[in-house]
Order: sequence, then structure tokens, then C-alpha cells
Amino acid sequence: MSVWQFISGHHGEILAATREHLILVLISMAIAAAIGVPLGLALVSRPRLRSAALAVASVFQTIPSLALFGFLIPLPFLGGIGTRTAIVALVLYALLPILRNTYVGLTSIDPAILEAAEAMGMTENQILFRVRLPLATSFILAGIRTATVITIGVATIAAAIGAGGLGTFIFRGVAMVSDAVILAGAIPAAMLALLADFLLGLLERRLRVA
Amino acid sequence: MSNAIIEFRDVEYQIRTTDPRPVLSGVSLKIHQGETIALLGRSGSGKTTMLKLINCLRNYTSGDLLVEGQRVRDWNRIHLRRRIGYVIQEVGLFPHLTIQENVTLVPGLENWPAERIASRYVEVMQLVGLDATEYANRYPRELSGGQRQRIGVARALAADPAILLMDEPFGALDPVTRAELQQEFLALVRKVSKTIVLVTHDVREALLLGTRVVLLDAGRIVAEAGPREFLNLDQAVAREFVAASELVPGAAK
Repeated sequence: MSVWQFISGHHGEILAATREHLILVLISMAIAAAIGVPLGLALVSRPRLRSAALAVASVFQTIPSLALFGFLIPLPFLGGIGTRTAIVALVLYALLPILRNTYVGLTSIDPAILEAAEAMGMTENQILFRVRLPLATSFILAGIRTATVITIGVATIAAAIGAGGLGTFIFRGVAMVSDAVILAGAIPAAMLALLADFLLGLLERRLRVA
Repeated sequence: MSNAIIEFRDVEYQIRTTDPRPVLSGVSLKIHQGETIALLGRSGSGKTTMLKLINCLRNYTSGDLLVEGQRVRDWNRIHLRRRIGYVIQEVGLFPHLTIQENVTLVPGLENWPAERIASRYVEVMQLVGLDATEYANRYPRELSGGQRQRIGVARALAADPAILLMDEPFGALDPVTRAELQQEFLALVRKVSKTIVLVTHDVREALLLGTRVVLLDAGRIVAEAGPREFLNLDQAVAREFVAASELVPGAAK
């Protein structure tokens, strides 16, 4: 059976899985950004917390993704089988690129500009929100872009703990030793990643300040 | 003597208390209303630091520094800075804000009414010789170095501060533009009657723009003179500066 035969025969199912996958990624990214960006902002005036926060976020990234899903299953509230556990794991994965880019963007601003802001009598909060944050936008977006592409890939493993998505086909294909079935999950996942990368890249360029 | 608007009293500044050589030491200077003080010195002589002590970008270690009769330490530093205009060499215009937003930033922080901000914008742009409407919605990156520097001056003047601090404001410009801006500066000073403290390493600029020249060397004030007297000073450091500038001693400017 060829890939195309399988895809055309199961297009309804694949479309549903793609939608599931996309929702998984969107929810995870929204939560990761909602944690990562404010945390990055908070770290600017707390350099001591910075290395601790970045280290913790890095540790999550070093845990192999399948193991991370496994670790989460027995946890109360966060864990168990299904979508919620998958979202927790994906958020932990996406956090580091977002946090790191936010922090780097906020702290790599031309010192002359920061000095001018200070000399003009802007308060620390005004400098953070009216100078640092707008100048860091494209950095932050680059972090979200990297995190999104990673998350689309990692989310295929979420099928292993019953969260659905395109990974379902990949796992099924591995079990059936069928390239066609694996590709029915892998091709849409790759296309999603490319599309997300392209669209977020477009947005990033539009928001860049020279 | 009349009351000084800025007064240094035996000011010392060290980066760390353990430093054997302070950045500034024994600095005493009275600056009066309407004066243009040119702080002259080599790189590392402490002239920029002296400027930054005035608007509290650095905190002096000992001695006393008064602005408008009040110790800098007792000022609310945010209030103090909004009363002092500041122009730096790299300009420091905000790249994400338009020219109008850049220029009117401090009046905005001070919550001026919108009409007053708008009319003040036109006023200061006229002062620096730029067309207010033409530049309003443009961004700093679209301007030349000389234009940016003028915007920097306009921004510093926007909230109508009594004191203007300028750190090598014309340093990064080509000689022709610099000469142009220096002449504009002199015309501007006559119109706005501010107290100005200007840092420079260029003797010609110090003599041209300053009503008084203060020479710094290794963190100390070594000479203080009017621009005409400066050329005839005996101190070795002053003579070195004059010699390096190829100005003839004794020649009036």
C-alpha cells in the first residue's frame, strides 16, 4: 500500500488528528509564553534568580521527551493518561527557548539607549515596559518560533500517553511496520512545522526594529 | 558670590572603596545660572563622571554636591533627572519611537496636557532648526548623524530644564557638520539661557562654546579659566592641550 493510497483512504482521520495536534501545540505554546515572557521580564532586575531559572528550564530540555511523558504519568493533578499530561510536558519543553530569548532580548539593548532612558528620569518599570520590551519583541518572537517548531515535533510523542494527535499514526505505523502509516503522521507534522516557522518568521521580520 | 545652581564641594568618587586611585577627588566647583562650563580633559580624566554625578547616574563617595541648593542625595533622583536635560555622544534616541515621540518623552512622563506637549514639540524643533511636521512620524534610523544630534538636543530641551548636561555632543560628527552644530549651539544658548555643562576633549570646542573652561587631569581640577585666559595658563597640562590643538598662545578667539 502506498503512502498516497493510505492518506486518501484515511483523509478524514488524518485531518482530525492534525486538528488535535494543532490544538495540543497551540494550548501548550500559549501557556509556555504566558509563563516564559513574564518570567523573563521578572529576571531582568533579579540577576541572582536568572541562573537558577535558566538552569531549571535547561534541565527540562535535557530529559528525553519520552521519559518526561513517562515521569509525569504517576503525578497527581498534573499527570495521568491523556491530553493534560501531554500539555504539561510540552510546556516544560517550550519554556527554555522562550525564557532564554526573552531574557537575552531584554538585556542585550544598546547601553547608550538605556543610559539615555535613565538620564531622562524614567523609572525602572518605565524602562522595562517602554524601552526594553518593545526593543526585545523580535527576540521574544524568535524564541516562540523555535519553541513552536520543537513542540510540533515533540507533540507526536504525546500519542504514547494517549493524547492523540499525528503521533497516533506514527506509533501505529511502527507497530504495523508500515512506512505508509508512519508517513501519514510524519508528513502533516513536518508540514505544520514548516508552516509555523514560515508564518512566525514573517511576523518576526515585521516587528523588528532596526 | 551669588548662589550657585550646581556646586561641587570637595567631591570624591571611587568605583570601589578599595581602589587606591579615585576616579575623582577633591573636586570643588561652583556653577552659576546661565554659565556654559566646558569640562576639558583627556579620556579617563573623570570629566564624564563629573557630569554623571550631577544627574545621579553615579553616586559620589564623599564630599557634597548641590543642585539648586539641595544635596543630590536628598533629591528624588527621578524628579532631579526630569529637571536636567542630557545629551550624549551616541545620542541614545529610542529606535522604536518616532522623532515626535522621542522629543516629547519627558513632557509625557511629566503628564503635560496633550496640547501643551504638541506645541512644545513644534517650539523645540524650531529651536534646533528642524521642520516639526516633516520629522514627526519619521524614525531615528532614517536621519543623518547631524539630524539625530539635533533631535537629541531638542529632546533634552523639551521639558524646559534649567540645566543641560552634554557629553561630547558633537564628538561623532564630521568636521563640517560639527562646526555647523557648534555655531547653532551658540545661537541656541543665546535664546534659551540655560546653565550648561559640556564635556569635551577638544580645546577648540571648549574655548568656542564655554564661558568658562575647567581642565581636569587624573580626577582633579587642575585649571579653571575664561576662554581667553586659558591660552595663557602656565600649568603644564593646559599648555599641552593648547599645543596639541595648534592654537597660538595669546591669540584671542
